[in-house]
Amino acid sequence: MNSVLGRLIGGVLLALYAGLASAAYQLNFQPPVTRIASEIYDLHMLMMYVILVIFCIVFGVMFYSIYAHRKSVGHKAEQFHENTTVEIIWTVVPFLILIGMAWPATKTLIAFKDTSNPDITIKATGYQWKWGYDYLKGEGEGVAFLSGLATPQDQIHNQKPKGENYLLEVDHPLVVPVGKKIRVLTTANDVIHSFWVPAFGIKQDAIPGFVRDTWFRADKEGTYRGQCAELCGKDHGFMPIVVEVLSPEKYTQWVAEQKKQSAAAAEDPNKQWTAAELQARGEKVYAANCAACHQANGKGLPPAFPALDGSKVATGDKAVHIDRVLNGKAGTAMAAFAKQLSDTDIAAVVTYERNAWGNKTGDAVQPAEVKAVRK
Amino acid sequence: MSAVIDTHGHGHADHGGHADHPSGLMRWVTTTNHKDIGTMYLWFSFAMLLLGGVLALTIRTELFEPGLQIVNPEFFNQLTTMHGIIMVFGAIMPAFVGFANWQIPLMIGAPDMAFARMNNWSFWLLPVAASLLVISFFVPGGAPAAGWTLYAPLSTQMGPGMDLGIFALHIMGASSIMGSINIITTVLNMRAPGMTLMKMPMFVWTWLITAYLLIAVMPVLAGAITMVLADRHFGTSFFNAAGGGDPVMFQHIFWFFGHPEVYIMILPAFGIISQVIPTFARKPLFGYASMVYATSSIAILSFIVWAHHMFTVGMPTAGLLFFMYSTMLIAVPTGVKVFNWLATMWKGSMTFETPMLFAVGFLFVFTMGGFTGLMLAIMPVDVQVQDTYYVVAHFHYVLVAGSLFAIFAGTYFWIPKWTGRMYDETLGKWHFWLSLVFFNITFFPMHFLGLAGMPRRIPDYASQFTEFNQIATVGAFGFGLTQLLFLYVVLKCGPLARGEKAPAKPWEGADTLEWTHLPSPAPYHSFHEPPEVK
Repeated sequence: MNSVLGRLIGGVLLALYAGLASAAYQLNFQPPVTRIASEIYDLHMLMMYVILVIFCIVFGVMFYSIYAHRKSVGHKAEQFHENTTVEIIWTVVPFLILIGMAWPATKTLIAFKDTSNPDITIKATGYQWKWGYDYLKGEGEGVAFLSGLATPQDQIHNQKPKGENYLLEVDHPLVVPVGKKIRVLTTANDVIHSFWVPAFGIKQDAIPGFVRDTWFRADKEGTYRGQCAELCGKDHGFMPIVVEVLSPEKYTQWVAEQKKQSAAAAEDPNKQWTAAELQARGEKVYAANCAACHQANGKGLPPAFPALDGSKVATGDKAVHIDRVLNGKAGTAMAAFAKQLSDTDIAAVVTYERNAWGNKTGDAVQPAEVKAVRK
Repeated sequence: MSAVIDTHGHGHADHGGHADHPSGLMRWVTTTNHKDIGTMYLWFSFAMLLLGGVLALTIRTELFEPGLQIVNPEFFNQLTTMHGIIMVFGAIMPAFVGFANWQIPLMIGAPDMAFARMNNWSFWLLPVAASLLVISFFVPGGAPAAGWTLYAPLSTQMGPGMDLGIFALHIMGASSIMGSINIITTVLNMRAPGMTLMKMPMFVWTWLITAYLLIAVMPVLAGAITMVLADRHFGTSFFNAAGGGDPVMFQHIFWFFGHPEVYIMILPAFGIISQVIPTFARKPLFGYASMVYATSSIAILSFIVWAHHMFTVGMPTAGLLFFMYSTMLIAVPTGVKVFNWLATMWKGSMTFETPMLFAVGFLFVFTMGGFTGLMLAIMPVDVQVQDTYYVVAHFHYVLVAGSLFAIFAGTYFWIPKWTGRMYDETLGKWHFWLSLVFFNITFFPMHFLGLAGMPRRIPDYASQFTEFNQIATVGAFGFGLTQLLFLYVVLKCGPLARGEKAPAKPWEGADTLEWTHLPSPAPYHSFHEPPEVK
């Protein structure tokens, strides 16, 4: 029996070794691109060295003792105990080492918390399960967009090979200029999320109903990837954060493009849409915002996420339906979409929901009706 | 009840006055004997360990490679949540109460626990709570899925499974409080003549301090989850900003319970290790008094460090500094304990039977968990690794290699006294080495995953994390299967009653009352007459 187990362990260890040899592993933090992140990196390395020294001393003593003070080698037990000098030393020395660690940690902590005088202020709002970015102040003021997972479902369900940035890619990345102090205000719409970009050394919880802040100044252009770090429900693992750091010129260009696009997208709120137009648009809005919970087939995942196919809300009074989409339902996972979606989008998605699957109400909801309920 | 009356009716005179108790199942239902209740606690916690282990292996199977394979994300969240709740409240805590029930009366020379009927009640609440937890998987919406920390407002979104989970925690909390009242009363009032507080075995000391912690913080948890319940059903807004509440307040209240809870799960482990190491080093504990003071300091400090679990919620600088410094301070008394154990081993005459192997393994691996704990105390570093696999590695180093290894050490140490049989030393050693190796294969790579940026509680991950996850999954299956070996070793001593008979004092260096004054197995009723302690 021993030899079988021995061979088994040997096999496993060999497999592990082979695995280690064949791939380049990341054993430490991602390469830092902000001052705070590199201070954190150094702090971690400093601590590691101190810990390794203590480790070697403490376990050196232990393994020497195990080697030398065994009954089987004839060692007789000495009966000493209590020694005030030794006990004071092993209380005071760790205390001094701790003070040595606390000093650089305090300096970094204070710098980490200094969100004053930013060049650009951006609000990051956590939604179940995507991020919304609003450029509040500085260059780019007024730009706002949502940023959701771009990895296709068939990669997640193993029907297609996984891409290079599997689960770490979004449709609209956050874009910032290099070398500028960016203050990020975090908040959330439903539950607590956490805004985390490892290369920047920041992680700040986004708390519904409250605004918290953090900051970074990226020293290098590039694309940096992070994820939501606080469990926020079903798709917690599927709401990445991607930040593109551009040169100041490219950033200015990007801002101009965004402004142009949003001007083009601004719609006449009083335009009358045809039912077919609304349904086509609504289907897209539904896929992007609703299908994660209510499912593409409208059957939902009861009871947390009820079916829309045949539901009372989706087949009953239009105003109730619009209100539910705008304001959500307290105490459930149904979020309020008033701030995320335009009147036209809401009109489209409500129209879609009222006519898709078995819901054959024949209703077409116009943006003006949504506007009326919004007030 | 009928069985009780029946037994009395037949009058089993041959059992003698005190041994008049029902047999079969009713013996266990109605028992007020500390040994029976201790045994039930230990079997219950082992059953929960296996249940929680199955959940963990399901998690590890899903995480073997990127993509969704065997579970969907909703169920994955239920698995991580229930694994945590079952292991903390079902496996580790009841196991230590089981040790307390068996060992405290034996070690202080008392005939039983102070409140024998309450003792029965506090055990039998547990299967009820466990049933609620299991049932929650089958209600619409499934089991709680907000993490074992049940953070609001995510926990207010869940289906009725969350309510069952909250009731289960209430019941387990009540059970813990009753157990603690019993332990404190027993220790303070029923010690043998001559056994002053400063002559008590370390295991008894650590449990006395733990019991005070439990009484202090279990009501705090009950308060927090009751507020969640009210927010869910009664329209209150404790944790809802729209109604004037604050989601962060839940975290403050939860961790005011949660951090002492961490020590509730490790102090009795320290106690077991402090019994085992001197016994097998054949040398008294180096600094008994300083161990008592260090344990008390850790308990007191545990009340002022809670917000280090919340370094990323956005506290003011002064608050961050306070919680960082107070957390770092814990390293001092913890260091004192480790140094004391080393000094106890130093120049001893050591042998390495299975209890000692697990104790030394504990010392080695738990200290590694202590080092990562120190790393996590440093707020700027913590920001990078908060809610990542680094934290998962850290707390499994202290809870598995810490608490669970100490539970194994204690079981091998005392099972000759409990069953009257020696355990199988060869299999015991196999159990130790396989546990140690597979434990590290499972959890060591998680440090790297966390540093590299893999969040915890995700059912699917980016491709660069694949290899370390695969190693962890292989290790987890090895570790899980190894525990079946432990089951076999225990069955062999206990119900199967095989293996050589144990002498009254199988360990040369043992010097506490259960070894010096009682035969093996300890008789059903012990210490009718209190022993004299000099």
